[in-house]
Amino acid sequence: MSTKKGMEVSIAAAEAAKLARVEVIAAYPITPQTHIVEHLSEIVANGELDAAYVNVESEHSAMSACVGASATGARTFTSTSAQGMELMHEILFIASGMRFPIVMAAVNRALSSPLSIWGDHSDIMAARDTGWIMLFCENGQEVVDAIIMAFKIAEDRRVLLPLMVNLDGFSLSHVIEPIEFPAQKDVDRFLPPYEALYTLHPDKPVTMGAYGMPELYTEAKYAQEMALRGSKAVVKEVMGQFAKEFGRTYNIVETYNVEKADTVFMALGSINENIKTAIDNLKEQGKELGLVSPRLFRPFPADELYEFLKGKKKVVVLERVMPAGAMNGPLFNEIASLAVTHGLNAQLENYIFGLGGRDVEPEELMETYEQVASSARVSHADNKNYGVIGVRS
Amino acid sequence: MRMKSLERYTDSPDFEYATSGHRACQGCAEILALRLGLKVFGKDTVVAMATGCMEIISTPLPTTSWRLPWIHVAFENTAAVASGIEAGIGILMDKGKIARKDISVVAIGGDGGTSDIGLQALSGAMERGHDFTYICVDNEAYMNTGIQRSSSTPFGAMTTTSPPGKKSFGQATQKKNMPKIAVAHNIPYVATACPSYPFDFLAKIKKAKAAKGPAYIHVLSVCPTGWRIPSDQAIHYGRLAVRTGIFPLYEVENGRYRITYSPEPLRPVAEYIKGQGRFRHLTDDLIARIQDQVNRDWQDLKSYSEMK
Repeated sequence: MSTKKGMEVSIAAAEAAKLARVEVIAAYPITPQTHIVEHLSEIVANGELDAAYVNVESEHSAMSACVGASATGARTFTSTSAQGMELMHEILFIASGMRFPIVMAAVNRALSSPLSIWGDHSDIMAARDTGWIMLFCENGQEVVDAIIMAFKIAEDRRVLLPLMVNLDGFSLSHVIEPIEFPAQKDVDRFLPPYEALYTLHPDKPVTMGAYGMPELYTEAKYAQEMALRGSKAVVKEVMGQFAKEFGRTYNIVETYNVEKADTVFMALGSINENIKTAIDNLKEQGKELGLVSPRLFRPFPADELYEFLKGKKKVVVLERVMPAGAMNGPLFNEIASLAVTHGLNAQLENYIFGLGGRDVEPEELMETYEQVASSARVSHADNKNYGVIGVRS
Repeated sequence: MRMKSLERYTDSPDFEYATSGHRACQGCAEILALRLGLKVFGKDTVVAMATGCMEIISTPLPTTSWRLPWIHVAFENTAAVASGIEAGIGILMDKGKIARKDISVVAIGGDGGTSDIGLQALSGAMERGHDFTYICVDNEAYMNTGIQRSSSTPFGAMTTTSPPGKKSFGQATQKKNMPKIAVAHNIPYVATACPSYPFDFLAKIKKAKAAKGPAYIHVLSVCPTGWRIPSDQAIHYGRLAVRTGIFPLYEVENGRYRITYSPEPLRPVAEYIKGQGRFRHLTDDLIARIQDQVNRDWQDLKSYSEMK
C-alpha cells in the first residue's frame, strides 16, 4: 500500500533514497541540498536504513568516495548543489567514464560570483556534458519517483552510467507538497539489489581506471557515448515499468496544451508549473500556448521533442542560465540544432529567466508570450539573440 | 627477493603482486617499495592509487601490472576513493552480500599526490578514522610530469620549476613534514621507511596492516632519474639519506615516537648531497645550512622519542 503525505521535497528525496535501499552515501553539506543529507544522516543514525554514511570533507571527496564505493558493488547515492557540483566536476567525468551507476540528487542553484544560494541552472548546465544521464523534475512526486527509477536505469547492464535527478533549489527543494510514497515491498520488487558486473574484491582482482593511449581512447569514449545514447530506450522502458507498477506515467518529454497551440514554451524544472498557470490564464483570454518540457535532458531526446515541435509556428526556449558569451542558452542551442537535423521550421526565441532565485510570475510569462506572439522576430536590447526576463539594465 | 627472512613478514614471500613488465625507470626505488610492501599486505587487499609514476608505469589499457584489485580515479582523491572502498566493503559485509573477511584497503600516492594536491582528502580520511593504510611514495618532486618541485622537495634541490639561477639556489623552502601532519590526526600508526632498509620497512607495513584505523607510511623512494644519479645507486642514496639523518626512520604508535634505526653518529650531509645532480649547484654555505637544519631536526626527533 502506498501512503500519501505532505512533506518537504528534500525530505521526500531522502526518503526515496531510503526506499531504493542505498548502501553508501558520501556527501558534503551545501545549501540548498542540506535537508536531503541531514535527513539521510538521521535515518542512517536511527538504523532505519542499513547504509554507510561517509561524512566527507568536500564535494570532490564526496564524488570520489562514491566512485570507490560503487566500485565495490554498493548502491551509492549523493547530493549536491552549485559550488559543490563545480568542485566535484572533475570526478563527474570519471564516474561516467568508469561506468559507475551512482545516483545524485542535484539541487540546482546559481554559481558564484556574486555568491547566491538561490536556484537556477548554472550548476547543471556547466555539468551537462559530463556523461551523466540527466532527469529534470517539476514537482516533489516526480523527484521521489525519479530517484527510484534512477537506480533501475543506471544499474541496467545496457546502461551502467551515473544519473542526476535535477530539482530546483528552494522553489522545489524546500516546498511542502503532497507526495505518494510506494510501499517498500513494491519498490523492492521493482528495484532488486544491485548486482555489479565487476567489483573491487580480492576473490577476483581487476584493474579499474587504467589509462587510454591514443589508439584506444577514442574507442573507449565511443563505447561510453553509445551506452549513453542507448540509455534513452532504457529510460523509456523503466518509465513504462514504473507506470505499470505504481500507476504514475512519465514520459521523457512531457507536454501541456500542446495540441491546440501554435506557440510553445520549452523549459526545464519547476518553472513548468508557472508556465502551466500562464497557459491556463491565456486560455481564458482565448489564446493558446503550449508547453513542451524535456524530462530527460541527457541523452537529449531530439526525435521525441521534434514530434511535438514540428508544425509549430513559434518555439520559445526559456532557461535559467546566462549564455556566458555563447550565441544563446544551451537548451536553445540544442533546439536550434533541430532546425538543421530534423528540419524544424519555426520562429525560435530564447529567454533567460530566474537567475539566482529571481521569481518569475505567470504574468511575466504571459507578457513574454505576447511579445513573441506579436513579432515575427523579437529584437532584444544590445543586439542579443535572447531576452532576459525582468532585467534592469 | 627470495630470501628466507621475508617469511617473517609475509605469507607470500615469492608471490609478486606488482609484476614484471611495468615501465618504471631503471633503478626506481618506488616500484621496489611497492613490490615488497604489497607482499606483506597479501592477497586480501584492495589498492587505490593516485595518478603518478606508479599508476602511469603500470596500467596502459588493456594491460596491468597489478595482481590485486586496483583502482585509479584521479590525482588528489586517492584517500577519498579508499574511504568509499572501505565503506562499500564494510556495508556489503554487514548486509551479508559479500563474505566477511579481513580485507586491507591500501591507498598509494606520490609526494605531490599526498603532501600537495591530495592533502585535504587524506586529512579527511584520516580524521574520519577509516580502516586503511596510506602509503606515500616520496621521490621528492613531480617526477611523472618531468621533475617539478613539490612541497616535499628538499631545500636547495634543483627541479625544473625550482631551477638555480642568478636569483635562485633551487628549492627555497623546507620539505613539508608529512608524517608530523599525519601524527597530528591522532591515528594509530605513522611511520617513515625506505626500501634501502627493507626489513624495517616490511615490519612497519605489517604494523600498519594490523592497525585498526588509519595508518600512514611515508616512504623515501629514491628516484635516479629525477635526482640525477646513476641508476644503480638508488639503494646507496637511500641508505645515505638515513645515515646522514636527512630521512630518519621512526614510527609513531598511538602518539608514541620511536626511532627504529639510529644512525648516530650522523654522517655529514655532504656525503648525501655530493654526487646528486639535483644538488650540484649548492655552495658550501648552503650545504652548511642544510647540515644545521638536519642537526636540529634530529635533536627534535630524539626529544619526541624520549617523551613518555
